[in-house]
Amino acid sequence: MRALLALLFILAAAAHFVLPIGPLLEAKAIDPGVAQLILLGLRLPRTLLVVGYGAALGASGAALQAMFANPLASPDLSGASSGAALGAVIGGYWLGFSQPLLLAACGAAGALGTLVLLVALAGRKVDTTTLLLAGLAISLAAGAATSLALALAPSPFAFYDAFDWLMGSFVDRSFAQAAAALIPASIAIILLVRRRRALDLIALGEDVAASLGIRANRLALEVIALSAVAVGACVSVAGAIGFVGLVAPVTGRQISRGHPGSAMIPAAVIGSILMLLADLAVRAVPLDRPIPVGVITALFGTPLFVWLVVTMRRSLTA
Amino acid sequence: MTSLIAHSVAIEQRLHRTDLRVEAGQLVALVGPNGGGKTSLLRALARVEQASGRVEIDGESLDGASEARRRALLSFLPASRDMAWPIASRDVIALGLSHRDDERVSDLLDLFELGRLAKRPVNRLSTGERARVLAARALAAKPRVLLLDEPLSNLDPYWVLNFLNIFRACATSGQVALVAVHDLALLTHFDRGLLISDGQVQMDEAPADLLAGERFGEIFRICASPEGGWAVRPLADRQSSP
Repeated sequence: MRALLALLFILAAAAHFVLPIGPLLEAKAIDPGVAQLILLGLRLPRTLLVVGYGAALGASGAALQAMFANPLASPDLSGASSGAALGAVIGGYWLGFSQPLLLAACGAAGALGTLVLLVALAGRKVDTTTLLLAGLAISLAAGAATSLALALAPSPFAFYDAFDWLMGSFVDRSFAQAAAALIPASIAIILLVRRRRALDLIALGEDVAASLGIRANRLALEVIALSAVAVGACVSVAGAIGFVGLVAPVTGRQISRGHPGSAMIPAAVIGSILMLLADLAVRAVPLDRPIPVGVITALFGTPLFVWLVVTMRRSLTA
Repeated sequence: MTSLIAHSVAIEQRLHRTDLRVEAGQLVALVGPNGGGKTSLLRALARVEQASGRVEIDGESLDGASEARRRALLSFLPASRDMAWPIASRDVIALGLSHRDDERVSDLLDLFELGRLAKRPVNRLSTGERARVLAARALAAKPRVLLLDEPLSNLDPYWVLNFLNIFRACATSGQVALVAVHDLALLTHFDRGLLISDGQVQMDEAPADLLAGERFGEIFRICASPEGGWAVRPLADRQSSP
């Protein structure tokens, strides 16, 4: 299963890197230097960004689900992604930041703000309904605030401009932008994954974990802050992309045999694969207009989400 | 040899300053009315809460001990049997160990007769079955001290007696077990009984003396019934009690 996952990941990443191959061959026929430029200057940062964003959503989704002991906690449903988008919009259009790293910091701050608000509103030991409702309320509020920030932005093109990336886009991202998302996200993912054992033990109950010296409150704060950094940095560069952070951990736990903390690594790999496939699909659409990646993930993610809700309801009533 | 030493452990509003010494190999029952502080004492000893005071096991202080050391020193089994994730019974038991040890896990599966349920997700077991899995997890690392909060509730009579045998075997091998129990008839299986009420240890005696003590019935608001067993204390008698 793990080997299959690794193989799928390599295939998807390779496909994402070289496909569509037509323009690449045409460029090579004219000038091999141009082909190399396309590969290294355009395709490579895009592939890396897609892989990193997917991994950030998968790992932080699994970590948040482990922490809330709830399979429906995720960066999108908790409002973290919307908060990150709001942070990036305010940073980009109001404070006038153009530095990718500063924007990433704004995204992380926005995500952190919404997650802290969620814990303040719903608490950490929360039932599914409260978690979803609080997350929904925060998402809607952050979405509305984002629209307002864009409508009132000093630049009259803010709305049009933001549409291109708010729902998710990896088109024409520079190495500097990719680095601004990937460096903080990688550090956060590594620090999250180092907490996998603690998050596995939390599954035995916070009291058992506490008797082993794991402080649940501190761990929760760390998970929330690290998830906010990972997701916030990626959202600020590539927009808010939903459902990957919800679906990848569910499959990740199948591989970790139910262990919520160990699920982070497979969830990160699955998140990358899903994101690669979604971005490949976007590029395969024969339109001259770009389709936001978030639309694709939502189209395929919604049925899975519904299935999750139905099985949860069944297990609750059984 | 004294194995467990607690110096004035306390939890605000629930547990008064308590000193406790338990010899290695002792099986100690904690009894007391609901809300009296049995769980608080166990939680304070396990350092689950930021309880004040100090707990030493074999001379080693628990605060500041690493996860691996804590596993070797103590394990805590809470009264709650809830598990959110579908982890297989075998893997839940393995979570009680600091490193992989398949042999120990299969020994525990045999001891608790869980072989048939080894691969079943623990959240799909009956409460009694889950109690066995979680007890096996608590015993897995063979810690010096076992702190078990109502491990016998939800068990059928066979398993109640079997658990008591298992606890006795642990004690014989030099481990200490502090076990919160409600069934007073089981007290005779223990070496020592602590009666905990109003957040403090009210009596600390051999089980037979504990049961015979005047205060025992007063605190529990019960009295020896003429037909044998226990009966609820008459109201007048209860009012005159301190």
